[in-house]
Amino acid sequence: MKNFLVFISGLVFGIGLIISGMSNPYNVIGFLDLAGNWNPSLAFVMLGAVGVTLIFTRLVVARQKTIFNDPLHLPGTTQINKELVIGGFIFGAGWAIAGFCPGPAVVSLGAGYGKALVFIIAMIAGMLLHDQGYKRKTA
Amino acid sequence: MNFTIDWGHFTPWASLFGGILIGLASIMLLLFKGRIAGISGILGSLMQIQNTPSGHYSWRVAFLLGLLLSSNLYGLFFTLPTSQIDSSYLTLIVAGLLVGFGTRMGSGCTSGHAVCGLGRLSMRSLAATLSFMAAGFVTAYIFFHVILGN
Repeated sequence: MKNFLVFISGLVFGIGLIISGMSNPYNVIGFLDLAGNWNPSLAFVMLGAVGVTLIFTRLVVARQKTIFNDPLHLPGTTQINKELVIGGFIFGAGWAIAGFCPGPAVVSLGAGYGKALVFIIAMIAGMLLHDQGYKRKTA
Repeated sequence: MNFTIDWGHFTPWASLFGGILIGLASIMLLLFKGRIAGISGILGSLMQIQNTPSGHYSWRVAFLLGLLLSSNLYGLFFTLPTSQIDSSYLTLIVAGLLVGFGTRMGSGCTSGHAVCGLGRLSMRSLAATLSFMAAGFVTAYIFFHVILGN
């Protein structure tokens, strides 16, 4: 039951990405490329999404439990460090050149785009490179 | 450099509505499973194969399956919009490597840091969001106008 509801959450998330136009990398690049033909749509997506999370996250956090009375798993780290910022720079650079971030890439894979598969395989390789390589070395 | 707006692709209402659905889906995951809807974290944690507690995989697979099948469900009722992916395979590979490495190093992506993190007023997520947005704008300019010469 829980996992079915989680599955529904994933479906709604994906449908939101499709309706918002953000599953299409062209629209993402259209936003990030200010000097091109600028498309402000992504700002409206963020406005809608963050508007909702701003209102409702505090209500869920206040009750401290899920509807099944399980504990919440909220990130405990609040530290703003070098990894956070440099990781953000690296992610942002990759996001801008192809217009894909992880969510839209998964949705596009589901829609049957072979290019999304190429991106996702490279993305997983990048994740492993960090977790198994970089992080191990520095840990 | 002249500034123009792409009115042909600008969809304020659909984007706002889609964004609201993305926000609601994040709240649903928090309410049903107590988890932050951060796609890079969910996907990245699936790659972790050692010392995983029971139930480590199931909800993550369920959420990703929902994302994966969303196009099919949407396509049952409406015409699925076509995506325009102009990037070359080389660009996709470089972009994928950067996105994978960067999201793991920075502990999140657009969904975890921007949609969920800003919604819980996390200063850490605000710093992350400002970092990847700034890098996104600068890189787009350099890549499309200096390197590709558009």
